[in-house]
Amino acid sequence: MKNEWPLWEVFIRGQHGQSHRHVGSLHAPDAEMAIKHARDVYTRRNEGVSIWVVKAADIVASAPGDKQALFEPSNAKVYRHPTFYDIPDEAGRM
Amino acid sequence: MSDAALFELCLRMGDNALILGQRVSAWCGHTPVLEEDIAMANVGLDLIGQAKLWLALAGEVEGKGRSADDLAFLRDTRDFRNVLLVEQPNGDYGQTLMRQFLFDAWHLPMLKALCASAEPRVAAIAAKGVKEVDYHLDRSSDLVIRLGDGAPESHAKMQAALDLLHPFTGEMTAADPIDEAIAAAGLGPALCDVAARFEATVAAVAADATLALPSAPARIVLANWRGKAGRHTEEFGRLLAEMQWLQRAYPEASW
Repeated sequence: MKNEWPLWEVFIRGQHGQSHRHVGSLHAPDAEMAIKHARDVYTRRNEGVSIWVVKAADIVASAPGDKQALFEPSNAKVYRHPTFYDIPDEAGRM
Repeated sequence: MSDAALFELCLRMGDNALILGQRVSAWCGHTPVLEEDIAMANVGLDLIGQAKLWLALAGEVEGKGRSADDLAFLRDTRDFRNVLLVEQPNGDYGQTLMRQFLFDAWHLPMLKALCASAEPRVAAIAAKGVKEVDYHLDRSSDLVIRLGDGAPESHAKMQAALDLLHPFTGEMTAADPIDEAIAAAGLGPALCDVAARFEATVAAVAADATLALPSAPARIVLANWRGKAGRHTEEFGRLLAEMQWLQRAYPEASW
């Protein structure tokens, strides 16, 4: 395993104005190569205008076991969801 | 004369792209890592796409009703106008990357110059190719530097690849009468202008890669052995046999 290139997570912005979305991961020896590989592997069909790569090891993730403590309380607070408003069509995606 | 020169220019550009595309696509599924596999296949597909445009224009200019496919699959060894460099066998991965780099370092300034061609169809094909080849050169020079300036084993392999392949670049930078006719008609650049850019790129990348350039001037080594005049190396026959066998065995087969 010592000779394995590190894993990178790839985020691509599909269009201007949208946010970067996680599209997958790949192996590369460093950040520059990771960008090149991401370009070759994930933008072959004109998917992107911008690429971010992040070392998978640098991502801090929430623990699946903490799911209840983290997410259940907000689920019960229905008044926090803006479901009582009618959004006009012209407003577009919110 | 101008149409004959235009036909030759299209064949030279088209055959370079076609034959290197054929060589590169042989790596599909066999490169050392998955990410490289896709990158390499992308480069091959870019080149075959460019070949299609050049050869279609060649057929149009020739006016004998030959399509890009006819030109690719039904010509014989001596009718191909690609330079010797692109037909060289894949060898190890370092050799493939070095061949790609040496070709890209010539291909990019050549296409950039062709964007100013007096023939608008040539300029249009070149302009489309520049964007692709810009990336090819970025990628291949980066890899040559990384491997040349890498571990002792990768350095030795890249130096061996450079020593092996550099002599084949001679015909790319020395103009023959057809290149001169192409330049005189305003269809393409004087090759010495492209040569200057090619040599500057190769020298800079070789220095960064800690590789020594062969001291013999490349253009002397192979003065009488030129792919662009239809005189190819031994391996070329085998490449054509593999590329063309289907159309030869089943003429006009399609899917």
